[in-house]
Amino acid sequence: MIEKLAIVWPEIILFATTCVVMLTGQWPVCAVRRMTPWLAAVGLIAAIGAAMASPPSDGLYPDLVPYAKSLVGIMGLMILPLLAGTVDRELEAGVARGERFEPLRSNGAEFYAFFLFSLTGLMLVASSDTLIWLFLALELTSLPTYMMVTLSSRSTRAHEAGVKYFFLGALGAAIFLYGFTLLYGATGSVNIPTIAAHFAEHGLGPIGLAGVLISLIGLFFKIAAVPMHFYTPDVYQGAASPVSAMLAFVPKMAGFMAIFMIVGSAGWGPDGTGLPVPVEALLWVVAAMTMTVGNVLALLQSSVKRMMAYSSIAHSGYMLVGVIAGPGGDGASFWRNGLAAVLFYLLCYGVMNLGVFAVLASLERKGQEADDIDDIRGLVRTHPPLGWSMVICCLALLGFPPLLGFIGKVGLITSGITSGHLALVIILAINSAIAALYYLRLVAAVYLEPASDTGFRPSRYGSRQVAALVSAGGVLVLLLMSNRLITAADDASRYAPVAPETAPYAEAGANN
Amino acid sequence: MSPLWTILLILVPLAGALLVIFGGDGKNAYRDALWASIASLVPAVMMLIRFDYTRAAEFQGAASWTWIEQLGLRLSIGTDSIALLLIALTVLLGPVCVLASKTAITKHRRMYYAWLLILQAAMVGVFASRDLLMFYICFEFTLLPMFVLIRMFGSTNRVAASTKFFLYTFTGSIIALAGLVYVVGFAADLNGAWSLDIGVLTAAAAQMSAGQQAMVLGALLAGFAVKVPLFPVHTWLPLAHTEAPTAGSVILAGVLLKLGTYGIYRFAIPMAPAAFTEYAPAIATLSIVGIIYAGLICWIQDDIKKLVAYSSVSHLGFCVLGLAALNAAGLSGSVLYMLSHGLSTGGLFLMIGFMYERYHTRDMRKVSGLASKMPVWAFFMVFFAMASVGLPGLNGFPSELLCLIGAFQADEAWTLAGEPGAAGVTLGPWYAAVAGLGMVIAAMYLLIMVGRICFGPLVEPEGHHAHAVLPDDLNTREIITLLPLAVGCLVFGFFPGLLLDAIHDPVNQTLELVRAGSAAAADTAGAFTQGVRP
Repeated sequence: MIEKLAIVWPEIILFATTCVVMLTGQWPVCAVRRMTPWLAAVGLIAAIGAAMASPPSDGLYPDLVPYAKSLVGIMGLMILPLLAGTVDRELEAGVARGERFEPLRSNGAEFYAFFLFSLTGLMLVASSDTLIWLFLALELTSLPTYMMVTLSSRSTRAHEAGVKYFFLGALGAAIFLYGFTLLYGATGSVNIPTIAAHFAEHGLGPIGLAGVLISLIGLFFKIAAVPMHFYTPDVYQGAASPVSAMLAFVPKMAGFMAIFMIVGSAGWGPDGTGLPVPVEALLWVVAAMTMTVGNVLALLQSSVKRMMAYSSIAHSGYMLVGVIAGPGGDGASFWRNGLAAVLFYLLCYGVMNLGVFAVLASLERKGQEADDIDDIRGLVRTHPPLGWSMVICCLALLGFPPLLGFIGKVGLITSGITSGHLALVIILAINSAIAALYYLRLVAAVYLEPASDTGFRPSRYGSRQVAALVSAGGVLVLLLMSNRLITAADDASRYAPVAPETAPYAEAGANN
Repeated sequence: MSPLWTILLILVPLAGALLVIFGGDGKNAYRDALWASIASLVPAVMMLIRFDYTRAAEFQGAASWTWIEQLGLRLSIGTDSIALLLIALTVLLGPVCVLASKTAITKHRRMYYAWLLILQAAMVGVFASRDLLMFYICFEFTLLPMFVLIRMFGSTNRVAASTKFFLYTFTGSIIALAGLVYVVGFAADLNGAWSLDIGVLTAAAAQMSAGQQAMVLGALLAGFAVKVPLFPVHTWLPLAHTEAPTAGSVILAGVLLKLGTYGIYRFAIPMAPAAFTEYAPAIATLSIVGIIYAGLICWIQDDIKKLVAYSSVSHLGFCVLGLAALNAAGLSGSVLYMLSHGLSTGGLFLMIGFMYERYHTRDMRKVSGLASKMPVWAFFMVFFAMASVGLPGLNGFPSELLCLIGAFQADEAWTLAGEPGAAGVTLGPWYAAVAGLGMVIAAMYLLIMVGRICFGPLVEPEGHHAHAVLPDDLNTREIITLLPLAVGCLVFGFFPGLLLDAIHDPVNQTLELVRAGSAAAADTAGAFTQGVRP
């Protein structure tokens, strides 16, 4: 038990921070309320520190914990400045005019607390080693986001989005929970390494197979993969941009971690290409459909947020290619290791995508955020830093060499090809070209077209622009650091399917 | 040869681009860009001087730095004589493009010249790279500057043209990336080490089975044939050429299209030798269809720029035909064509640009008889048209002839006659004869064009009045712009031997690779048909 505690220090720190934030967020003194995001930042930094020092876990991916949790912390730190001014605007304006602060009308405390709760859940997903833990962690990740969507904007669209997201999310959760119970039924254990060992020894069997497939289908909701993607555009558009930025990363990362666990329990086999045929077929079809549907529908959008929602669907499809490719056998290098490619791509995608949403969130007209492509036309001329951030992030998302998205995609392509999934890689390639069309439209609108005065001005919450610049800068800095990041992702994806109890015997046997 | 010169060739234009962006307003931009492009001539000349032509097939001035170790991505450079000459062409076109834009570009000049210089650096990077991924990065990166140049500075239909240009080439090349990565994976399995070095990959790729080679060839051609462009994926080119600004068309015709043929020469042929030999007749047929079809389209064009654009499709068909011949004459003719087409077609685009600046039309029905008003212009127009037709003594002739001879000789009879020619039985006299028709058609449409626009009674568009800045005929700047190309055409025409000597070794080395490769594949195929299996 104590060993378990050692790997959840980041979560403990975040949870403690959440409690503090919950208090300071509705403190009657304005200065204390203003400190809330800073406290959250301190908590996140402390959690990153703890995550980096974390010992290996007992799960299928013992070394995943430091990488995944640091990634969560860093992304949390990057999203945090974007959240400024999302809730409590009128209230704080009233207080500034001398009205009394009414804690009951304030949402600031819950908003930041939910944000940190969600990140805590995400970190717990990464360190989970039992199905129950995994389920609870996934729910802890999702539940706060339903509330954040609803809180983020006063428009009815946000409420609609929140309700839609909640019901479909509950449906997804019900499906994967059902899958988890089947897994338990098939193996008699909730411990994921034990399940993996059982499957390795006895094969999947019909119930086990059903468990894996149903769990995966439920988890597809989290990563917004076809056919569980329908909510994405409405929710992204309904929620305020800062929350959409978070939704594009947090549930997706949680989903991929969980998919790693579930697919990992079925196993890729010793050489990394032996995924059970039905599981591979499901992932293959879903990956191909997800890429294609996402990209084709993104072409038709004129709302940038909807476009990014569909592109987020498409990017999930790209990453599924890495999941299918698997860890590539023992001691495989990065270019064979699809899981490492996914972990690296998650980081790339998080940063690139955040930049686009941050630019949208930084532009306001009478409290309304930019959304339509017309709203950002000629941005490079009117607001050069924001415009260039948009250009860099869009080109990176497009996978334009040598930017970050390209390096990430090369990892997925090499792992896909070396594991023998040439057709899927070709589908990925064609989809990248389709995606080029709409990203290019954004780049051209922002960079090359003349500006028309739409009345959009940079938000008075300067920290949002900071978030945009940091993301664009991050795209460039991470590119230079990609060497070390790839090493980290490679180490993190070490797949150790041997159940901990059986390991000593195996060793003893080898010694004899 | 020191790698320093190659590095300078990439860094000087980039530094120039920075200078243009941060060096004041639009007027300075032209001057700064001109100096930067002239300055980059120095390392190019140094490379040409210091290159050891006795070891032309070796990659000289090699240097490399690790970038992303896990992907094997290295910044690795080195040039053989073919890459060297293509780099020289690229750098030569630099000042020409800047000079040609002085009065044509009046808005957003900093953006324009900055992207022009960045494009030059990227193109040098393509030819100089010895690392597969670095090659690919530079190859793809050329799309962005060209996209901006067409989209921002093109004529009426520029949005569609730039988008079509980007999408066609991006789609093709990302499929080519999959093919290249497949080769890398194969080589890694074979050698037990992940490497992106082009030399290592070429050596390993020849051992792929015929089926694998065919697959790789298909993927690579998807990328390179679009770029060339080969019939039937040529449709983006006329549009892009017509809408691009003059300098954009010059670069497009001069260098960017050559990235496709260079890609075929450097990657598709050595990495899939057996498959290329097998499918050479199909590739040659496509290129011949392109030659004739595009030539016939030229014949009926009234838009003079579109005419030259289609003539590019037709001419590049000869270039690919030479490659498909897979013998010494064909390959060297093709390489020669890559160089010479840039000079003559680039020249023609410049002439059209100069005319367009004065008359704001490209329609041959609205202008004619310009020789009486612009004699110097007409002189150069006729000169470059003749170079393009293939008049002996000018550059088009030796290269076109060699490509045809190559196709003619790529036959069983010639191979048996002790000629160290074709690497396999590929084409034959029929191919050469039909392609030769293309030369006749070229003569027809180019002469008709020259006749209509230069000679006869003077016709000017309605409401035409003299240009505010430019004189009626070419001014000194414009003549200086044209001179390097014209001199190049003459040198090529009279002394093709100089260039042929320079490219002799690398071409032969490629042929050796193909012979060895197709022989190996023939052995394996034989083994399978005879049922020799464990």
